[in-house]
Amino acid sequence: MNNLLETAQKLGLLPEELDKIKEILGREPNFTELSAYSVMWSEHCSYKNSIVWLKTLPKSKKGNGIWGKQVNGANEDTPPAGAGGLPSGVGGLLVEAGQENAGLVDIGDGLACAFKIESHNHPSALEPYQGAATGVGGINRDIFTMGARPIAQLNTLRFGNPTHERTKFLMRGVVKGIGDYGNAFGVPTVGGEVFFDECYHTNPLVNAFSAGILEIDKMASATSYGVGNPVFIVGSATGKDGIHGAAFASKDITADSIKDLPAVQVGDPFQEKLLLEASLEVIASGHVIGMQDMGAAGVICSTAEMSAKGEHGMRIDLDKVPLRQANMHGWEILLSESQERMLVVVKKGQEQAILDIFEKWDLNCVEIGVVTDTKRLEFYQHGEMIADLPAESLVLGGGAPVYKREWSEPAYFQAFQKFNINTVAEPKTTGEFTKILTHLLSHPNIASKRWVYEQYDSMVGTANASTNAPADAAVVLVKHPKGGKANRAIVITVDCNGRYVHANPEIGTMIAVCESARNVVCAGGEPVAITNNLNFGNPYNLEVYWQFVGAIKGMKMACEALNTPVTGGNVSFYNQSSSVGKAGGDVNNAVFPTPTIGMLGVMDNLAYQTTLDFKQAGDLIYLVGKSQEDIACSEYLYSYVGIKGSPAPHFNLEEEVKTQKAIYDLIRKGLLQSAHDVADGGLLVALAESSFHRDLGFAIATTQAMRADAFLFGEAQSRVVVSISPEKEADFLAYLQQNGVHHAKLGTVTKQDFAVDGAVVLPTDMAKGLYMNTLGEMMEG
Amino acid sequence: MKFGVIVFPGSNCDDDMVYLLRETLGQQVVKLWHKDTSLQGCDFVVVPGGFSYGDYLRSGAIARFSPIMPEVQRHAERGGYVLGICNGFQILTEAGLLEGALLKNDHRKYTCKNVWLRSETQNTLLTRNLPAQSIYKIPIAHGDGRYYADEATLASLQEHDQIMFRYCTEAGKVEESVNPNGSIGNIAGICNKSRNVFGMMPHPERASELFLGNEDGLKMFQAILQK
Amino acid sequence: MNFIAEIDVMPRPELLDPQGKAVTLGLANLGMAQVADVRIGRHITIQLEAPTEKEAHDLVEKACKSLLANAIMENYTFHVKSLS
Repeated sequence: MNNLLETAQKLGLLPEELDKIKEILGREPNFTELSAYSVMWSEHCSYKNSIVWLKTLPKSKKGNGIWGKQVNGANEDTPPAGAGGLPSGVGGLLVEAGQENAGLVDIGDGLACAFKIESHNHPSALEPYQGAATGVGGINRDIFTMGARPIAQLNTLRFGNPTHERTKFLMRGVVKGIGDYGNAFGVPTVGGEVFFDECYHTNPLVNAFSAGILEIDKMASATSYGVGNPVFIVGSATGKDGIHGAAFASKDITADSIKDLPAVQVGDPFQEKLLLEASLEVIASGHVIGMQDMGAAGVICSTAEMSAKGEHGMRIDLDKVPLRQANMHGWEILLSESQERMLVVVKKGQEQAILDIFEKWDLNCVEIGVVTDTKRLEFYQHGEMIADLPAESLVLGGGAPVYKREWSEPAYFQAFQKFNINTVAEPKTTGEFTKILTHLLSHPNIASKRWVYEQYDSMVGTANASTNAPADAAVVLVKHPKGGKANRAIVITVDCNGRYVHANPEIGTMIAVCESARNVVCAGGEPVAITNNLNFGNPYNLEVYWQFVGAIKGMKMACEALNTPVTGGNVSFYNQSSSVGKAGGDVNNAVFPTPTIGMLGVMDNLAYQTTLDFKQAGDLIYLVGKSQEDIACSEYLYSYVGIKGSPAPHFNLEEEVKTQKAIYDLIRKGLLQSAHDVADGGLLVALAESSFHRDLGFAIATTQAMRADAFLFGEAQSRVVVSISPEKEADFLAYLQQNGVHHAKLGTVTKQDFAVDGAVVLPTDMAKGLYMNTLGEMMEG
Repeated sequence: MKFGVIVFPGSNCDDDMVYLLRETLGQQVVKLWHKDTSLQGCDFVVVPGGFSYGDYLRSGAIARFSPIMPEVQRHAERGGYVLGICNGFQILTEAGLLEGALLKNDHRKYTCKNVWLRSETQNTLLTRNLPAQSIYKIPIAHGDGRYYADEATLASLQEHDQIMFRYCTEAGKVEESVNPNGSIGNIAGICNKSRNVFGMMPHPERASELFLGNEDGLKMFQAILQK
Repeated sequence: MNFIAEIDVMPRPELLDPQGKAVTLGLANLGMAQVADVRIGRHITIQLEAPTEKEAHDLVEKACKSLLANAIMENYTFHVKSLS
């Protein structure tokens, strides 16, 4: 009895969880069964500490929401001409969060977009190259097991101080890992973010996003049913990958068997590419009942989740599983996380057709079991049953435990609110502006990430418009699987400023959602739905959990306001150094709470494509949205002035919606030459970024009655820099005035130089040199 | 003209080439599976980019032994057209259909970006509409793109006017500062002596779509189709 | 004294070797189905000067540990030969 409890605890199970297992089985579990529960009830698979809150997030759209109507609320049902709004049904969710491997959204023309984001933080901290590579592999398998062909990838990376050797080591490895895997796999990496802060020194964040396209009537589900249907394992052979926790709880462990345990999982993009092609071919054959990627917890997780969903059972013969290493125990096979494998349930009688397709692609495909009506998972090895478990008892939404955790506000939160702008001396001279702008443009958080993205194939697929037409979000052409010229695009972006979320989880997360939507809108898309990657510290720490709860509350409000429901995502806790102990360590050792938002937008008319670059000298520059006397949380305040503690920047959800809707309508009326949101670094950085692509300049005036640093470098939200042709100014102003949208004329686009109040702050070429080369010099130096 | 695009395990630019030929240029095009031994009567064979066999061992080293390759060889010997782009170029050099070899980039990193190419000869099907020394913006995306040939081969390439493209500045100057991979003489693409087999590292099919903001590559494909 | 060290760096046996696997497949497609497994590593030679063979050995060991092999992914073996 005590032995069993001890083993259970070594496996990470709580005493009450062991009691629950005994109750479910009506007996004591054996080691294999206990291992199965330990991984299925882990945070990673069961979301036991987060699901209560995740369930509060909006799961469906409410009509066209804000997008189909005018800003002032008129015309709720019939969108006015030129005011946009997608056709009925387009943008709607086709599967609910958590129901399938990824979210699925109708994008019109009989097509849907499957998309999801997932973290590989901890593996990347250990071995950055393989950790990041296998992260890319995993997220893409989630997409193509649904029958969708991945067409675009994004990633968000967080590292410590970039001048530190560890950061360079991690960053070189992660970037090369993402590149080598994604490039060979053949799906373009079309955007992403990289952000540096000391808080990510020990725990870097690596979140990978993928989006794929399928014909709606050809979706494959992660389910299993039909008594007698055969169950196949396909792809790579199974080794002892990723079973450390269980291995060390096993009584059989010896010095020799520890040597057999791979410390990392090795990704094979070539195998993945074959798996992609074979899977899509198998799904198209119509012989597939269900299919699931083997990610975390491998065979046990895929058999359990598919069986629970299809309300059937499975009898599996583990002797038939192709193995990479000799003498594997049954529990090792069940728990192995070897990459590039999938479980496929096929209609009985069609086995040969399936085998032929995998044979064509030189892939393993082995029948390992059969679907039963018992709703139980029965695993056999060497002729003996080694585990017998009710499928539903293992999974989220079934028997997996659900916990409500306590939280408490950390002391730093109130301290940050006390920040007073008047304690910062106001810069007033052109020389000071030059110094600050130089600092910002060459700050690795703001400078071009060219060193990173040139290592990714951003153009395979001949669909990424961003190469020659830079925009706030990636615009990716959707080619219909049936053929024909592409007539629509998806518009995608990933965003999160962890510094804002740390300063105020609720507002910071609202900003993350809104910035991602703003980026989609500025590029010409209509935001339709999000996926999220919630990176936090140890959930058993009350103050970390406070950050988590605040983030979810903020996400809910912003998603409801924008009518962009949550299609699913991923939770990554324990991004925290020295987080041992019951209290979960110190919140100050955790990474900034970083709920990364992946936003999907739809552009159903390619004429709406809008870029961020100024087009020609003489065009007028306007700011849509209102400037604020605010420098809180800005890169300027944080790294130039050196004040680390301040509240989140100014943000108001209603203003935000108004700004976004205005940009959305102005694009559809054809009134904008360019649109670029004001984000990290503030207004002057945004203007500079709009100037670089065509080597233009700008001349603006600081006529605002506020501090120059707040106007030029503050990061108050809900603002967009637009340029317009002079002949369209009247129509432009008429729209804004009619709809009560705050705006201000800033100045004009010029041939060269960044001028403020008649004085040159920086020449364009010098600014561009700083912006383009800083990161490369840092990494190669 | 009937086009065939070969699909090796790990090819990933095959669909892009089919899209361009079929949807943009309205041509008849079939995919040719590497395990087959028939070219299905194609006049023009494209060996597309990608990572055949994962580019393990050496880029193109394993693919060149695929069952379809002897057919491609015979097609070329009969004077049939063959175009290898990126990994396709690497496969054609491994197979001996084009001279030289493609080595790891001198900076050892995979690089994907727009570069400028200068056309060096009008005396090929692909470049016949490109005025000598004219400049094109075409993307590259490779880790092993450093073209190498020994001195004798290089001299022979020059002598027989087999160099199609060199990397250059936006103003058309061929200089080391804009060589993206360390290739000898900034060479980006060549043809064989008989002028029916072409290889280039840059991807003209990625610069052939108005919505993507670059149609410089289209001129090369239109030249193929011109009667 | 001058020495030469012959070093072999191989992927650890418990790890998947994607390159070796692809080459196995390539050889099988060339008709060599007898080939059961291929694993691919690196061979490195280092020439060095050291007062004794022991010190040469220690230096090579240090080079392997710190740079030539990634201990998480790879094993190394080497032998040191005197050139004089």
